[in-house]
Amino acid sequence: MELLSFGDTGWGDELFFATLMTIAVSIAAMVIGFVFALIFTPLKLSKNKSLNIIGNCYTTIIRGVPELLVIYLLFFGGTGAAMFVASIFGYDGYIEINAFITGALAIGIISGAYSTEVFRGAILSIDKGQFEASKVLGIKKYIQFYKIILPQMLRLSIPNLSNVWQITLKDTSLISVTGLVEIMRQSYIAAGSTRDPLFFYSVAAVLYLMLTFLSMKLINKLEIKYSKGY
Amino acid sequence: MISIFPSLLNGAVITLQLLVTSMFFGLIIGLIFAILRINKNPIINKFAYGYSYFFRGTPLLVQLYLIYYGLANIEFLRNSFFWVIIKEPYWCAIIAFSLNTGAYTSEILRSAFQTIKKGYIEAAQSLGVTKKITFYRIQLPIAIKQSLPAYGNEIILMLKGTSLASVITIMDLMGEARKVNVLTFKPFEAFITAGIIYLFITFIIHNIIKYLEKKYGFQT
Repeated sequence: MELLSFGDTGWGDELFFATLMTIAVSIAAMVIGFVFALIFTPLKLSKNKSLNIIGNCYTTIIRGVPELLVIYLLFFGGTGAAMFVASIFGYDGYIEINAFITGALAIGIISGAYSTEVFRGAILSIDKGQFEASKVLGIKKYIQFYKIILPQMLRLSIPNLSNVWQITLKDTSLISVTGLVEIMRQSYIAAGSTRDPLFFYSVAAVLYLMLTFLSMKLINKLEIKYSKGY
Repeated sequence: MISIFPSLLNGAVITLQLLVTSMFFGLIIGLIFAILRINKNPIINKFAYGYSYFFRGTPLLVQLYLIYYGLANIEFLRNSFFWVIIKEPYWCAIIAFSLNTGAYTSEILRSAFQTIKKGYIEAAQSLGVTKKITFYRIQLPIAIKQSLPAYGNEIILMLKGTSLASVITIMDLMGEARKVNVLTFKPFEAFITAGIIYLFITFIIHNIIKYLEKKYGFQT
């Protein structure tokens, strides 16, 4: 227990901030994922063949390739790409992209692919009559989307989005390979310097379990709140 | 691009080995825990639930590190026969992957067991079929057939999971790609080629499962 105390002697405060970092990366990744999903869901549902292929390629490739690969590609490739762009503008120094940004972007791209599938399923399960009714009433396309489809889509996708959130939360542990100090990286450092890996990885496991447990409780509450009247 | 291909293919063989071995053990573990989950004894039931909750609620990386770094820390294990197994990163990876996929498989099989129509079991009972035969000849085949699509997803998730073996020094497909990246400083070539090989394996698994579903699929 001494190892977990706060202050200079223990690892409690470090692990606490690492947990906050994990939460921050997960939320950032989830938000980035939503942006990707809102771009690619219409593409997947579109009647235009070539747009459709773009949407399908995104979800198929990202869901068929290891998460670690996406992270490495962005981490190693991103630096190279940024330096290449900078060299065009005449800057030849070394550029290091922030580990938080690459990590959140990588996990965001992955969770976006899952969110896209969730949103697509939710829109497909909305009754066709609603689209027809709004068309008959002369409601414009974008108002129809924002006022009629989007609210229902969000409500229908909460249960599946909670799965996506769990996956995202667990995937953030992979960012530790790029050096971002979140739960996994912090436990690795602590385990290395105290030579007690069993204890610190168990603590990491407990922290992750706590996060998944608490977020499940929260999401269940949301679900009850938004399904009032159904 | 062509020069890095052979080493990546060597890595792909290791990836497939890891996948097949851990899926095999995972299926056995999953089946055992699914049967424990539908047991009516609350203690056995809770134990099986705890197992699946732990392995589904924590990242695979934590489990891998716990087994690879953590178990070696226990004096008692280090002096025992198990040390032969847990000192090898390869077997640590297989233990971690098997336990992880076992947890997911047990959930898939449990839900398949629970969705079997009561009528089948009642019919078997009224025909005087013993409980054991009802389980092996009626419940188990139906559950396996019903869980095929979900199990296919689990195989693909596990294929992606095996890439984590590279962080504990195993030279699987991911590990080889990392080595190529370090040696040549060409991250795009290394990782995109590896990605294509992963996609190819995913594609094959997907089609095998589709074929099996068509052949043995269970319609109710």
